[in-house]
Amino acid sequence: MTRSGAATKSCVNSRRPTGKQKKRSVEKRVVFRSAWLPYGLVAPQIAITLVFFFWPAAQAVWFSVHLQDAFGLKSQFVGLQNFAALFKDGNYLASFKVTAVFSVLVAFFGIATSLLLATMADRVLRGAMAYKTLLIWPYAVAPAIAGVLWAFLFAPSIGIVTFVLKGWGVDWNWIIQGDQAMLLVVIASVWKQISYNFLFFLAGLQSIPKSLIEAAAIDGAGPLRRFWTIVFPLLSPTTFFLLVVNIVYAFFDTFGVIDATTQGGPGQSTNILVYKVYHDGVKAADLGGSSAQSVILMFIVIVLTVAQFRFIERKVQY
Amino acid sequence: MRIKHVVVALAAAGLYSGGALAQTEIQWWHSMTGALGEALNGLANKFNAGQKDYKVVTTYKGSYPESMTAAIAAFRAGSAPHLLQVFEVGTATMMAAKGAIVPVAKVMTDAKEPFDPNAYLPTVTGYYSDLKGNMLSFPFNSSTALFYIDRNKFKAAGLPPVPPKTWKELIAVAEKLKAAGQQCVYTTGWPSWVHIENFSAWHNVPIGTKQNGMGGFDTQFTFNSPLHVKHVSMLADMAKKGLFTYAGRTNQADGKFQAGECAMATISAGALGGTIKAGKTDWELSMLPYHDDVKGAPQNSIIGGASLWVMSGRKAEEYKGVAKFLAFLSRPEVQMEWHTSTGYVPITKAAYELTQKSGFYAKNPGRDLPVRQLTNRTPTENSKGLRFGNFVQGRTVIEEELENVISGKKEAKAALDDAVRRGNEILRQFEAANR
Repeated sequence: MTRSGAATKSCVNSRRPTGKQKKRSVEKRVVFRSAWLPYGLVAPQIAITLVFFFWPAAQAVWFSVHLQDAFGLKSQFVGLQNFAALFKDGNYLASFKVTAVFSVLVAFFGIATSLLLATMADRVLRGAMAYKTLLIWPYAVAPAIAGVLWAFLFAPSIGIVTFVLKGWGVDWNWIIQGDQAMLLVVIASVWKQISYNFLFFLAGLQSIPKSLIEAAAIDGAGPLRRFWTIVFPLLSPTTFFLLVVNIVYAFFDTFGVIDATTQGGPGQSTNILVYKVYHDGVKAADLGGSSAQSVILMFIVIVLTVAQFRFIERKVQY
Repeated sequence: MRIKHVVVALAAAGLYSGGALAQTEIQWWHSMTGALGEALNGLANKFNAGQKDYKVVTTYKGSYPESMTAAIAAFRAGSAPHLLQVFEVGTATMMAAKGAIVPVAKVMTDAKEPFDPNAYLPTVTGYYSDLKGNMLSFPFNSSTALFYIDRNKFKAAGLPPVPPKTWKELIAVAEKLKAAGQQCVYTTGWPSWVHIENFSAWHNVPIGTKQNGMGGFDTQFTFNSPLHVKHVSMLADMAKKGLFTYAGRTNQADGKFQAGECAMATISAGALGGTIKAGKTDWELSMLPYHDDVKGAPQNSIIGGASLWVMSGRKAEEYKGVAKFLAFLSRPEVQMEWHTSTGYVPITKAAYELTQKSGFYAKNPGRDLPVRQLTNRTPTENSKGLRFGNFVQGRTVIEEELENVISGKKEAKAALDDAVRRGNEILRQFEAANR
């Protein structure tokens, strides 16, 4: 939900502003003559948000303060007991650290790689469409499939990459080595998200007036300097939006990748919060504990998003 | 005109569904794929062809946890299937859901279907019965962990191609194989199932109190005994020396052994079909290795696999059909077909004897080994099976901690203590939820 809403906003922002249009787009207010029309227009979106976001979220809160057997035959109110049990569990707390490392890596590499690719694709003159299509392709792949694909490439005994790494003398076995397992799920998750980031960066790049860059070039600024002083600051709204989206992605959408590859292991090296929610709720039918975890997760993401808007957005130049 | 059409259509639909109702449908949700799925459908078709009153309809609902989740959701929505295939670790969860299931023993007596609990193999049905011996769920596909060797690898290393019997012998052989250049010497599937659950039963030591949880939900894990610690640190030591290759938490080791990568493996009896099909090994089966300094070892191993649970909330007439179908599944010839085509063990003594008489074991050496290992001795409190609440989570905890030992992050004692402590928290949570 958040994603599509924010996406529309960013699309509007990144439309190529030329002369008059730019002035008009600065003034964002639209006046409706009829009083109910604006509400009518947003009603479908609100309805979807209510049914698919607020309702399940409210249910999660309800389940999180109850203790229930798998079939829902017996249910008792236990207050904050589910939460207390979680915070007493050292392994749950360790999972926060794993999640933080994982999310930062996924967001950083996802954004950096796609920015690099978008900058390069933007400069390509011949066959640009082919490059762009190929780069957007992975977005159509389901997270679980992305996970399996990378797991095959990196499989300890049969993977192609493993074979090459062995040739270089690297002992590659993510089945038992935690850091390598983390690397694998980060690569798979980043690869899956690059296309999405790429699209937005490409749109952002195309909205930067060529005249600015050309003027800088005439003044003698090299490509790197032009990028850091002109292109990157002008891309900051896009980058900021992608940062929010990628953090949300790393937090919520990556359990498919984990489930298809490491299942949280070895040990708990890749047991991120959302995977534990999935494991405990869907696989182990422990609804109370799983719901308490998802309430905590929801809270974290709300705090993170608010913080991002309050502190980082100030540095963003629209 | 239009209304008339609708009326005719409705009437036709009514007639049609009336026709279909004459045959009572029995919904059966399962998790069997590939050849196993075909064998399962074969059973249903045979039953359907044999009588006219009932029709068993099979539906594949995804992996074991997935189909269980689907059934729980369906139960909450009031549309659960009649029969549900549940993996062994879900047993306690199903058993605790008294309003959601009907014990198989009750289904059979209510339907007045002939049913003799003594006809079944005790190590198989014991896993799914209450303390009084009433069968709660119907054992469907049961296997056990076995020890596989690839004779080619032994010969290549200049060793006599005979499977080692004890862990001491296994290590001696492993060192020689390693010295001869064998990369993957020994591997294992299902680490918790093989090295904690079956290991405990095989050495006649408890996994938990209260007869491994069968005596009540107020059970505690006890798999951090000196013997367990010794065994797990031995595994870690083997891993360090390159004698043990860790393959993963489920059946990844099957593929490694079947591809001819590893010389020895402790994997499911159910992996035999794939091993034969792959044809890359000169395999030999034997019983699980044991520690010969443990008194009473080897005892008997325990099963893995799944059983069929009868879900509540259906009409008595439909349960008659369920009972008929379960009686059909118990027939020796049906069991023999299932046993010989899939590799799962037969669940009745008669079926085992029939298979013996048919000469199948003589022609296929090793195929009777699972039954022989399961019935090696009369099961004790420690080797009847296990029943721990939320054991899906419990097993994950055990596997995580085993991985911590094998990767060298933790000492065996510390890891097993942690696994017991974390496991006990899960058991208390389950106990509280099912009070």
